[in-house]
Amino acid sequence: MAESEYVIEMLHITKEFPGIKANDDITLQLRRGEIHALLGENGAGKSTLMSVLFGLYQPEQGVIKKNGEVVKINDPNDANDLNIGMVHQHFKLVECFTVLDNIILGVEPCHAGFLQKKQAREKVIALSEKYGLRVDPDARVEDISVGMQQRTEILKMLYRDNEILIFDEPTAVLTPQEIDELMQIMKNLAAEGKSILFISHKLAEIMAVADRCTVLRKGKYIGTVNTNETTMEELSAMMVGRQVSFKVDKEDRAPGEVVLDVQHLTVPSKLHKNNAVKDVSLQVRRGEIVCLAGIEGNGQTEFVYALTGLERQSAGTITLCGNDISKASIRQRSKDGMSHIPEDRHKHGLVLDFTLEQNMVLQRYWQPQFQKGGFIKFDAVREYSDKLIEQYDVRSGQGSVTVARSMSGGNQQKAIVAREIDKEPELLVAVQPTRGLDVGAIEYIHKQLVAQRDENKAVLLVSLELDEVMNVSDRILVMYDGEIVGEFDPRQVTVEELGLYMAGAKRM
Amino acid sequence: MKKKQSLLASDGFVSLLSSIICILIGLVVGFVVLLLLGGEKAYSDGFKQILLGGFYMMPSGIGKEIVTAAPLIMCGLSVAFAFKTGLFNIGAAGQYTLGAFGGLIFAILLHAPWYVCLLMATVFGAVWGALPGIFKAFLNVNEVITSIMFNWIGLYGCNTIMYGRGSGAMYNAKQSKTFPVTGDSLIPSKIFGWDMAETFSYKSCTIAIFLAIIVAVILYIVLNKTTFGYELKACGNNRNAAKYAGINERRNVILSMVIAGALAGFGAGLYYLSGAAQWIPGDSTALPSEGFDGISVALLASSNPIGAIFSALFISHITTGGGFMNASMFPPEIADIISGIIIYLCAFSLLFRSMFRNLLSGSRKDKVRKKQTPQVTDTPANGPAAADGKESE
Repeated sequence: MAESEYVIEMLHITKEFPGIKANDDITLQLRRGEIHALLGENGAGKSTLMSVLFGLYQPEQGVIKKNGEVVKINDPNDANDLNIGMVHQHFKLVECFTVLDNIILGVEPCHAGFLQKKQAREKVIALSEKYGLRVDPDARVEDISVGMQQRTEILKMLYRDNEILIFDEPTAVLTPQEIDELMQIMKNLAAEGKSILFISHKLAEIMAVADRCTVLRKGKYIGTVNTNETTMEELSAMMVGRQVSFKVDKEDRAPGEVVLDVQHLTVPSKLHKNNAVKDVSLQVRRGEIVCLAGIEGNGQTEFVYALTGLERQSAGTITLCGNDISKASIRQRSKDGMSHIPEDRHKHGLVLDFTLEQNMVLQRYWQPQFQKGGFIKFDAVREYSDKLIEQYDVRSGQGSVTVARSMSGGNQQKAIVAREIDKEPELLVAVQPTRGLDVGAIEYIHKQLVAQRDENKAVLLVSLELDEVMNVSDRILVMYDGEIVGEFDPRQVTVEELGLYMAGAKRM
Repeated sequence: MKKKQSLLASDGFVSLLSSIICILIGLVVGFVVLLLLGGEKAYSDGFKQILLGGFYMMPSGIGKEIVTAAPLIMCGLSVAFAFKTGLFNIGAAGQYTLGAFGGLIFAILLHAPWYVCLLMATVFGAVWGALPGIFKAFLNVNEVITSIMFNWIGLYGCNTIMYGRGSGAMYNAKQSKTFPVTGDSLIPSKIFGWDMAETFSYKSCTIAIFLAIIVAVILYIVLNKTTFGYELKACGNNRNAAKYAGINERRNVILSMVIAGALAGFGAGLYYLSGAAQWIPGDSTALPSEGFDGISVALLASSNPIGAIFSALFISHITTGGGFMNASMFPPEIADIISGIIIYLCAFSLLFRSMFRNLLSGSRKDKVRKKQTPQVTDTPANGPAAADGKESE
């Protein structure tokens, strides 16, 4: 056989870690010039499989073939030699370098020890024109948009003549318009004969762009399907192992009295001299979920920090249930009825080296229920933690005594959600509560948010995910450049319209 | 839900084992150094003494070992406590100096009873620990830098005052030392009728060692059983999460430095109020070594307060032994070399620990190659994350 149909084949890959089979007899065959989606929940084994492809792990069983020939990949350099390239979820760019410098980094064209940038620039410009990848080669990475940073990453692969391009969750950080653009770029690349492996758990995108889709579940190979012969429902059932509803079930409710009242809040930025939040006023009422939508870095983080007391505002007032908490401590805000599911669960949400039970009482270890005379009541803590684990279905290796660090992201997040909701707050501030989670966990967390609303609590949801914004919220506020530029009813607005406001193209 | 774990694979056992391995390798290297210096006499005139420590010269050697151990335990606790709360207290030496100063003022000038002197030693140490803590909490100045500087400020300051141009009230110009501590200011050597000084025929062998052990136990309880300890550990492990949970992390930074300083000061009180030595203000370039040995003690004990008792006893053991070596052939600092190597190896103890854990639990783990760019963005549930967790911080 002269030419194999497949450019890369991973056949019957099995990779074990102590106590777990991360990959169990998985087969993935990538055709030349196709876009192949790899779908699976967190912990399904996608990352392990890719690590095997990059030589970071050696599989116990199975072979990797390139163009029909068995190859041995011992480390990432071998993968590079086989023309395999990857765009990581978190870009690997040197911020203070220009786009061009980043692209040639590691493969600089040299002549007698001197850089030949001119040559490199011509090649980069040619590539960017060929594939429609708009970049400014001389802009510094720190100054350009996330979308352009991603295009820089793609150019990095193309510059190295990579044939097999892996995109790891590429759309997580993009606006709807940028996502469309990326989809087009991926199609162009495939049309030019590049083979693309697209790791995602966003079904709509997979349906839109991929030719075929391989589904993994709990380390096992479930199947490979042609996307034009399947539906989103079928894919999600394959991924999760049961039917998942995409629509969040919720009934209309009339919001009650105002729980949170923020007036003219201004927060200085740590990154630049301007204010990160500029004179923002908003209210959240009982029985409603208000969503603060926007692209990352438009002041949402700083707004939440000021709201929850992690940082001080320079002007403005915050009133919670009639109490002025503008200057209150974090503990006081918590006592007054505020719960906070933080944006970064590793930075704020958990003490990773504490056990699960220690984390479960992080917000209330000081309450009489859990301590007496300064001594922790370990039995009460264990009992409470076991109760939350049971009630919120938090899964971990050793239950209450599991070290939080060793838990999967989804279960870490569930633990935080359990802790914050069980505090029975008046106001729940949830910042990107489903970031990086799989469909099953997302569905679960959305249900919890709606349940809080139905219990007549106020919920402020900060999200970058448009699906989430549209499905969960009762009212949408769009934040752009530190200001609220629009307020919408999710039933009367389209995703495209929201995208324009989020990108700053329109404002009220 | 509690998963059964065999004793052999338990964390405590594994860290104990790795500490012992560190000690053994340290001793072997020390022996090699002795061989290079003294050839065939390496064992009889050098290594034997180090191995036997205080037991080489019964019973006074044991007395000496106990006396040296007490301040070491306290300095070890000082460093270990700060470690647990995420701070590196390299200033134990300065806090120790201040503690000695405070204790001696009350003992020599005011002839206060020993417990008052000891209390004052603790207070002086606490104040000296508080200063770097305040700088850290409010100005975010690294505590390592400030506490090193405060070491020297404390040492020179105390020396200048005690020396007082040769006529300081506490200074005995004839002996170039401070006056000895006498009478009620001395920590008693009798406990329940047992006279330790007599048993070990070592005058300064007092109940100091028991006081140190009691403090270690109290510290263990505070760290592991109280909400205060919980808060301190939360701050130490993840300051952001502590803040998020409404813990006043600034207050806790200052408090843990205060406590660390108090522990070191208490240690100085134990030593000088036992009459084990007199302060030599003229010896102005040397910080008391106990402060730095405290770092060794804490590292060897993996910052466990109870472990600090044993590691301090061990360090004291080999140091005492080092003093009994044939001084014409071997410098007593060989003991320091050995403890230095052990501490150096302690840095690898994580490596040893994971090695043993795998060996003992009988499971095999592939070497995970950490190359320039780790490709794993989300780790499989409970898989390698569990095993490699420690490395990521």
